Amino acid sequence: MSIGIEHYLTVAAMLFVIGIFGIFLNRKNIIVILMSIELMLLAVNINMVAFSSFMGDLAGQIFTLFILTVAAAEAAIGLAILVVFYRNRGSIDVSDVNVMKG
Amino acid sequence: MIGNDINTILPELIIAGAAMAILMWGVYSQRERGAEALWAVALLFFVVGGWIALTGRGSDTAFGGMFVDDAFGRFAKITMLWSGAAVLLLSKEYLERAKLMKFEFPVLVALAMVGMMMMVSAGNLMSLYMGLELQSLALYVIAAFNRDSLRSSEAGLKYFVLGALSSGLLLYGMSLVYGYTGAMEFQSITDVIATEGLPIGALVGLVFIVSGMSFKVSAAPFHMWTPDVYEGSPTPVTALFATAPKVAAAAMITRILFDAFGGVISDWQQILVLFSLLSMYVGAIAAIGQTNIKRLMAYSSIGHMGFALMGLAAGTALGVQNMLIYMVVYVATNVGVFAFILNMEKDGRPVTDISALSLYSRVAPGRALALMILMFSLAGIPPLVGFFAKLYVLQAAYDAGLAWLAIAGVLASVISAYYYLRIIFLMYFGEASEALNGKMPMLHMGLLTASAAALIFGIVNLFGVEGFAANAAAALLG
Repeated sequence: MSIGIEHYLTVAAMLFVIGIFGIFLNRKNIIVILMSIELMLLAVNINMVAFSSFMGDLAGQIFTLFILTVAAAEAAIGLAILVVFYRNRGSIDVSDVNVMKG
Repeated sequence: MIGNDINTILPELIIAGAAMAILMWGVYSQRERGAEALWAVALLFFVVGGWIALTGRGSDTAFGGMFVDDAFGRFAKITMLWSGAAVLLLSKEYLERAKLMKFEFPVLVALAMVGMMMMVSAGNLMSLYMGLELQSLALYVIAAFNRDSLRSSEAGLKYFVLGALSSGLLLYGMSLVYGYTGAMEFQSITDVIATEGLPIGALVGLVFIVSGMSFKVSAAPFHMWTPDVYEGSPTPVTALFATAPKVAAAAMITRILFDAFGGVISDWQQILVLFSLLSMYVGAIAAIGQTNIKRLMAYSSIGHMGFALMGLAAGTALGVQNMLIYMVVYVATNVGVFAFILNMEKDGRPVTDISALSLYSRVAPGRALALMILMFSLAGIPPLVGFFAKLYVLQAAYDAGLAWLAIAGVLASVISAYYYLRIIFLMYFGEASEALNGKMPMLHMGLLTASAAALIFGIVNLFGVEGFAANAAAALLG
């Protein structure tokens, strides 16, 4: 069996959904949420590279490089905000992010 | 060639360069340069906005269609720059009192502004995403700007997590659109759709994109971050969130829907109709029980974005035009409202509880009168400008055959009038309580008065905004 684009898309879709579920079903730790966000962005990268390679169009791979850069910046900012939150709250449990009821 | 490209993006380049220069200046200065940096950025926004308004002509693209400079983009940019300048000027006293006057604040606002200007001028999925992230990353940080406050850091955290989730959804949609149409440029996507129709994969991508963007305009059902972030952030940051980024996000949705998916209006119209309906009712009903004025303004903004999306859902040039007018009126009103909220204080401490406004008309009749005008306008009561702004989007929806949505909008507006009127009721007929006693700086008083006066005298001709908005809509749909 040859590996076609649908296999890549399936993997990417699965990773993306795992990422979303990781954000919403996770009851423990905010670090896990940051990891889930990273997983979503990387799933998109698989999509982009697969499309780009199967279409023979470079734009998707260039976009991937941009996404990687943004993901790194986003992780840095996320961790920084998390550190600030930890200093004030003394915990990074998801259940402790509850000062304001939304 | 490259000279022309640089010339086209000169406003963005100037602000980006200034942000970095101010950053360096702040870092290497011996003492804190917050106030000077804030004045500099506010002045820069004002001047660049004026420059775009005076010199912007025609439409032009740069960097192979990555960046589009047209009347639509310029309209959004001028609104964002001027409202950003106004909010920065309003921020100064509050930041100083809260010991938050650091030079990073104006630098981050300037960077967010570059991102917003990029978003509304994007001609390509890549430049759209980069602009959006530049804006979002800067805004995550300033939501958590008061880093010693638990509320502020929690607001930053919530905004970050939900914002990153929405960026993920948006990006996944973009990858599908790219994969199934084979194009990144909005123009090429339009061409592909015109010849081959919209592939089903790209339709799924379109739904993801619209959902991701609805987070950014805080439209229901993706609004859940709004109240918490508005409440927790320092008030000047809340004021910023309620103005420029809302315009940018609304303009970005308009740009991508009409530039890239203008050929398949019926496919995205129903999504926007749903979001618009939900936003109007969530904004109207959930705000009723709020006691914190910042949370109340958050629900108010959700409701107002519902009306803006209604104009967009019409899918016509008139709809875009009236949506733009609506956004300008909304932003102008919010500048005034936040000029008021920023000065709600008692013995030097900021107060955000609505009950503190009881009998405020006896403490400061002028300010109470101005807030009353603003609240009447937000509620859409004639003959204020807010009423005409609502009327225009309702009319656009009605003309596009969405009469039921227009009727639903009127009902939502009636419900939402309750909580706006409650504030007025408290100010004039509330029970006696310990009153607010803060003084209001002249500049704030000026902006509050100007905002209230604009909502009264604007009914003559809307200060010509209508013509500019018509040009902008024509540039997008022409």
